[in-house]
Amino acid sequence: MSEMDPRSVGAAVAQRAGFLEPLILKAGKTLASYELVYETYGVLNKDRSNAVLVCHALSGNHHVAGYYAEDPNKVGWWDNLIGPGKPIDTDRFFVIGVNNIGGCHGSTGPGSIDRATGQPYGASFPVVTVEDWVASQARLMDRLGIEKLAGAIGGSLGGMQAMQWALSFPDRIRHAFVIAAASRLSTQNIAFNDVARQAIVSDPDFHGGNFYAHKAIPARGLKLARMLGHITYLSDDLLTEKFGRVLKRDEYGFNYDVEFEIESYLRYQGDKFAQVFDANTYLLMTKALDYFDPAKETGGDLARALTQAKAGFFVCSFKSDWRFPPARSREMVRALVASRKSVTYAEIDAQHGHDAFLLDNPHYHQLIAAYVDNIAVEIGAGPRRTPLTLAATELEEMKSYAGGRSGS
Amino acid sequence: MMQRYDYELIQSWIPERSRVLDLGCGDGVLLAGLAATNAASGYGIEIDDANVLASVKNGVNVIQDDIERGLSAFGDNTFDFVILSQTLQAMKNAERVLNEMLRVGREGIVTFPNFGYWRHRLDILRGHMPVSKTLPHQWYDTPNIHLCTVKDFEDLCVRVGAQILDERVIHGGRTVNVLPNLFGSLGVFRFRRKPS
Repeated sequence: MSEMDPRSVGAAVAQRAGFLEPLILKAGKTLASYELVYETYGVLNKDRSNAVLVCHALSGNHHVAGYYAEDPNKVGWWDNLIGPGKPIDTDRFFVIGVNNIGGCHGSTGPGSIDRATGQPYGASFPVVTVEDWVASQARLMDRLGIEKLAGAIGGSLGGMQAMQWALSFPDRIRHAFVIAAASRLSTQNIAFNDVARQAIVSDPDFHGGNFYAHKAIPARGLKLARMLGHITYLSDDLLTEKFGRVLKRDEYGFNYDVEFEIESYLRYQGDKFAQVFDANTYLLMTKALDYFDPAKETGGDLARALTQAKAGFFVCSFKSDWRFPPARSREMVRALVASRKSVTYAEIDAQHGHDAFLLDNPHYHQLIAAYVDNIAVEIGAGPRRTPLTLAATELEEMKSYAGGRSGS
Repeated sequence: MMQRYDYELIQSWIPERSRVLDLGCGDGVLLAGLAATNAASGYGIEIDDANVLASVKNGVNVIQDDIERGLSAFGDNTFDFVILSQTLQAMKNAERVLNEMLRVGREGIVTFPNFGYWRHRLDILRGHMPVSKTLPHQWYDTPNIHLCTVKDFEDLCVRVGAQILDERVIHGGRTVNVLPNLFGSLGVFRFRRKPS
């Protein structure tokens, strides 16, 4: 994707919004003030009805589409979905990407300076939840003059936020896109998350979360966490197809160095990630995943928990996703039906595992485009001005190690 | 796409604001029509990718699933009507699907190509499996694995405890009243669970 791409939203500019009104968190703590960084694409229409909020997953951020003028190669993580003529069509919709609180891409997070102490928050940064994020996002919508979202969309942890929007603010969202998500993590998922956290907290450079003061980063722990996560975001079949048992050399070395291509790939991905991501953010994001469970307050009855929602739901899963498998999505659909919600559900035949939600898949993108077009009718945004064009082939996301992006 | 005479009949049977489940909803036009003319609401179940997309384009709430897996997503008596239009003959276990329809809906509507239609019988007499407007596939390449006659379906209704409320056999858009199992090509049944 280059700046010549007519389907790109073009050069994106990160913006910043400060909030002085304290945010009372689910954990009982209070964030006295905070900042959110965000980007917007397209134009907010006169009646402010065409806004679509994109919620990010574990490692995502506010740079959802387009590129940066100073760094044209830094393309947004969901650029294949958002732009003129793309499924979420910026000719007609005003799209907002936001970095969540606790993140490490500019919004207030563990690495930010705590005004009270003049030091980075570190371990003192409160644990935030999906509900807290949605509350903070709603304040950003207030700031932007958006009373009601046309939609909120997200995959994985982002899908949980889209669902939470429909629960926290039933009158402020028309449609929730809950993609490759679950209404609560499985035991196995919590287990994976804890192994990742243990990898981080047991790194001597973690310093109990206050590694900033020690001018250290727990890169080994973060790398391991990422390696583990990365394996689970991809399917066995895909790993086999991409790497097989291929060795970097011709023969076994009978030692413990990197030998198989998959080892090399994972270590590379882990190293790259550890350089740019914050270990405390990783801990916080995985906890937010673990805690999400809207049915907890209704004795496990998700249908009852969904009662107040008014949004239409677009739910979709990917057959090869074993981290958030179709069965988890079907649970949500069952509950949505039981509570008589408007719901569309598709099970996408993609081989990429959990990461499939980020990748080009013509059928998946056509479904979103069709659903988005229905929303356009609903809000009177008219037909597409740029015809829908889809990427011709499945993205070869691992064609180079540097191209790897992974988003749970 | 052939003209769906059964759709008109179904539309005439469904009162306004009914909650409808359409099993094997195809491109969703029946549900879209019911929503537009009868203010009906509900869901379509569809297994095929292209049909799911077509249903979304038609503005229908479609859920991608396999009817054969059962309707476990739906509680008892969730719907006013459960419709199975020209899909019965492709089911592996038609009896089970019928039982599930009786469970989740107050009433069921089933339409199917009548294997007893005289042209079909004639084809058999001539020594071949029938190929017709309602059964357009060759025997070796057909989704239709459980073909039945109008009389066979009546028998199945008795077996599963369904009370037939209305039964039409139509051909070319008209109800056939004389020897319907011989002269009608499309069976359209409306039934409910027999009151116990």
